[in-house]
Amino acid sequence: MTPALEIRGLKKTYKNGFEALKGIDLEVAPGSFFALLGPNGAGKSTTIGIITSLINKTAGTVKVFGHDLDTDLQAVKRSIGLVPQEFNFNNFEPIGEIVVNQAGYYGIPRREAWERCEHYLNELGLWEKRKDMARTLSGGMKRRLMIARALVHEPRLLILDEPTAGVDIELRRSMWDFLTRINTDGRSIILTTHYLEEAETLCRNIAIIDDGGIVENTTMKQLLAKLETETMVLDLSEPPPGIPQDAPIVLRQIDDLTLEADIRSGQHLNDLFRVLDQAGIRVQSMRNKSNRLEELFIRMTRPGQSPSHLTPGASGTTEQPENQA
Amino acid sequence: MSDSHLRHYWTAFRTIVTKEVLRFARIWVQTVLPPVITTALYFIIFGGLIGERIGEMEGYRYMDFIVPGLIMLAVITNSYSNVVSSFFGSKFQRHIEELLVSPIPNSVIILGFIFGGVARGLSVGVAVLLVSLFFSPLSIHNPLVMLVIVLMTSILFAMAGLINGVFARTFDDIAIVPTFILTPLTYLGGVFYSISLLPEFWQGVSMLNPILYMVDAFRYGSLGHSDFPIAMSFAIIAGFIAVLYGIALVLLNRGVGIRS
Repeated sequence: MTPALEIRGLKKTYKNGFEALKGIDLEVAPGSFFALLGPNGAGKSTTIGIITSLINKTAGTVKVFGHDLDTDLQAVKRSIGLVPQEFNFNNFEPIGEIVVNQAGYYGIPRREAWERCEHYLNELGLWEKRKDMARTLSGGMKRRLMIARALVHEPRLLILDEPTAGVDIELRRSMWDFLTRINTDGRSIILTTHYLEEAETLCRNIAIIDDGGIVENTTMKQLLAKLETETMVLDLSEPPPGIPQDAPIVLRQIDDLTLEADIRSGQHLNDLFRVLDQAGIRVQSMRNKSNRLEELFIRMTRPGQSPSHLTPGASGTTEQPENQA
Repeated sequence: MSDSHLRHYWTAFRTIVTKEVLRFARIWVQTVLPPVITTALYFIIFGGLIGERIGEMEGYRYMDFIVPGLIMLAVITNSYSNVVSSFFGSKFQRHIEELLVSPIPNSVIILGFIFGGVARGLSVGVAVLLVSLFFSPLSIHNPLVMLVIVLMTSILFAMAGLINGVFARTFDDIAIVPTFILTPLTYLGGVFYSISLLPEFWQGVSMLNPILYMVDAFRYGSLGHSDFPIAMSFAIIAGFIAVLYGIALVLLNRGVGIRS
């Protein structure tokens, strides 16, 4: 099947000599919900800029559903919808006009454009505000407006560059539901985000970019399986009678009503429950100490800050052995 | 090029023009009203108060002589400023990206902005013409020449505004050309006088000013008087349009000022 996105040897060197991309290869399967993660300045936005033709590449090839950026630019543009990181609409235009005009740029007649505008603004809870100037919208509404604008020509590939930045949790979750729904309907999605919980929740495939190169490109499951140890925080209903010292799972007491448990790769939560039961410890609730993807992300992009409980990855090129971390 | 492509480009072109027209129409108090008031003041002060003492110019009442020039002044400055401010504004707010990510050829983007500028230039031109009727009777010698010249001039200066907008990086950059180049050239382009009044040397210098030919040809369409052959004026304006269009297209194709 033709990939939604195929990048080979992509390089970008800016006029000042800064090498933003050092020859990256990337493939996104059709229908995929794909996370492109990386620290600030890693090259994510440059990559997206090149795919959407806002930035000229220095070398390499980019294909979107088989259409080459160099030889079939118009087909590439038709296939992509972009939700950029920064607000890039006319603040002094009514939001309905913003969406309808974008449809017009794609050759969609005005009547049909208004029908599509109504559909997407309704989906995103903005139809009632269609006559309001964009500058009057809240930050979350502006993000949703950009999603509606990106979808109005019904692209096969939607690129979201930090779409939920500055959005409150309730709205973020409703946007997750919406994005999941349009992905289920068959639209490929590439997402960059600094909320790693978001990437972990939504995306099935992931690439991590750092210092202009891809350091990991795999499925979310395979990536998370690289965590050697996961730390769980246990909130107790009463102080523990004692902490078992020779149990297969290491327990640490944080305070009278809180324990931490390190579960190594290959161990199960059932093993933890067994240890707790044998020790007579009554647990009220349990949670991950930190987001699993976040642990891996820090490990891969900031080797010096690596926590000790991570396994060196087989495919990551920047990972270091444990004893060097 | 297939029919579907042409339909798509036509829709995109209409969208850009409509957007541009709505933009200046929404802020008509800033865009249409000031030039009308300024020109009315010109009519009162230069045409009425001072013009009475000047008497005739090239056989016409001074007021009647300056009407075509003042209409052209309004058309030129408004066509230019509409496109330069709109294009720079879209760069500044980054909504130029709406166009850059969409499958519109750069030629259609240029034409869309140009005809937005033409729409404002002609709107203001018509408004000034209506105001002039309070001071001078409507005089039309050759309506076709008037229409084509005003249209071509508007296109030419809208194009120049686009190029200025491409290069502009700050709001100062969009004011420099109108203030230091466009306004002096327009004032010295025979709006208020016939160049036959100038000494020979300054007549030669004035003939390097392209605006002179536009005002002269428009005056011919209105009054039937011109200092130069009309065909020459058409050729000069057409030549400038072709050159500026070529420059604008190259700049947009290279992404100057709009792509990294």
